[in-house]
Amino acid sequence: MKMEPVIEVQGLTRRFGDITAVNRVEFEVYPGEIFGFLGPNGAGKTTTVRMLTGIIIPTGGTAVIQGHDIGREPLLSRAHIAVVPEEANVYLDLTVWQNLMLMAELHGVSRHSRIQEAGRLLEVFGLNERKKQKARALSKGLRQRLMLCAALVTGPEILFLDEPTSGLDVQSAKLIRRIVLNLNRNGLTVFLTTHNMHEADEMCSRVAIIDKGRIAAIDEPEKLRSVISSRQYVEVQFADPEPDQAGLGALPGVSQAESESGTSRLYTKIPGRVAAEVAELAVTQGLEIVHLSIRKPSLEDVFLYLTSGSGGEAPQ
Amino acid sequence: MTAQSETARTWRRQLRGALVIFKKNAFLYYLKPPVLIFGILFPVFFFFTFKLGRPVPVETIVPGMAAMGLWFTASAVGPLVTPWERTAKTYERLISTPLSLPSILAGDVISGLVFGACLSVIPVLLGLGLTDASIASMPHLAAGIVLGALCFASLGVLLAAPPASGPSNIMLLSNLVRLPLLFVSGVFLPIAQMPAWARWIAPLSPLSYACALIRSGFGHTAFFPPWLDLLMLVGFTGVFFLASCYFHRKWRVKGL
Repeated sequence: MKMEPVIEVQGLTRRFGDITAVNRVEFEVYPGEIFGFLGPNGAGKTTTVRMLTGIIIPTGGTAVIQGHDIGREPLLSRAHIAVVPEEANVYLDLTVWQNLMLMAELHGVSRHSRIQEAGRLLEVFGLNERKKQKARALSKGLRQRLMLCAALVTGPEILFLDEPTSGLDVQSAKLIRRIVLNLNRNGLTVFLTTHNMHEADEMCSRVAIIDKGRIAAIDEPEKLRSVISSRQYVEVQFADPEPDQAGLGALPGVSQAESESGTSRLYTKIPGRVAAEVAELAVTQGLEIVHLSIRKPSLEDVFLYLTSGSGGEAPQ
Repeated sequence: MTAQSETARTWRRQLRGALVIFKKNAFLYYLKPPVLIFGILFPVFFFFTFKLGRPVPVETIVPGMAAMGLWFTASAVGPLVTPWERTAKTYERLISTPLSLPSILAGDVISGLVFGACLSVIPVLLGLGLTDASIASMPHLAAGIVLGALCFASLGVLLAAPPASGPSNIMLLSNLVRLPLLFVSGVFLPIAQMPAWARWIAPLSPLSYACALIRSGFGHTAFFPPWLDLLMLVGFTGVFFLASCYFHRKWRVKGL
């Protein structure tokens, strides 16, 4: 049985004067997913998130969140979500505890629940000792943790995260990723906007790539990688002497050869056969192979391919 | 659940939300320098400017001073809150909560109302304690203060609607509106004694009606009858609040 989507976006459009920032975007997010929303700067990611979270009113199309249309039932649709924007916008003159209480009260969380949940979250996020400190005194990483706490204390079913680890130190970023993954395992649906391809690859069950206001592709990261099969490559490094680069490029099945710092990349749809050809070449020419591996395209390769229009096969 | 009980629940939730906004504003903004400067120092200096060196009996200026204090204090909070929150990027968080825009703005209006009404008690008490002024009609005085504060707070929220790069620009705009109206509203001089052109403009200012009610509360002759004061203050409040909802929504994106 097919699950009902928790977010269903149809023809969502936003124009600013003559500029169409988001152009008839369509996608669905299912319960329990971490849905990655990727795109270059100015592609329409933040505008899409702002429309879904009620900050900006769409000029066309619609979106339904947990069965509530964002245009017709904005309050009910917003009752199911929480947002962690890219820029940590906690109330600097309120304490950590007051920030949590304020957000919970704005979402109508009962006194007993908010006190209990806030206490638990402060423990989880390592902020318990700072609960009486003003947010102004917190570092960027700690403010981001507080933002996440303030979002979670409202008991959302869907969490919108906009670049949650951007500019954070390694430990804070890792902690936030770990907590989000744990929350997702417990059933929270996450809508993640990020520039960090590694983060998207590691965390997301599906990703959508948006470019110039339009969705360029939506799928699981693994499937997106396989879509651009011509961007698979064989990476090879020889000890001196190295073979002629043109000779490597002329091997059967190689569509493109690149060389950088003594390492050659041979792009091909048939990496296994090309690797065998390279080994045979080494044997016949008496060359020593230092390194030989088959590499699949990364999500970053997919992203660059889809957003810059560079070669390869068109995605489905 | 019936549609009626659902509607009642939604209203209760929105009202509670407005009170949460009020609590937040009171905590964060009542003691911010722009509120203190334009809400408290301004009327105090206007009082001294008007009084010093003039042979006017102090008790006759008490109603005007109370009205002026109310005008500045109640309308000082609104122009600060939204621009401040836009700059601090907290505004986005507020409008992504399950609170409607009218609820958020109602919270801002309540903040101005409470601030104005509480602080206007100071000139009233000083007037009663230090001069021969006395209260002739408590209902008129109370209605003047409460409805005046509500109306001026709504005006303050309306003035916060234009998208501006910071609170200082909005405070400037608010003074451009508040100061001219101050001089044609019978605060310093009863409207009946003002020049003809000013008497024509006076009915356009909500301060005229609050001032008239407060004057009536202190037993002075008021230019407008109390029923008209009440009607006009309620009317101005409604217009300011509806205009606030319209313009805050219209300029929401530009202000982010």
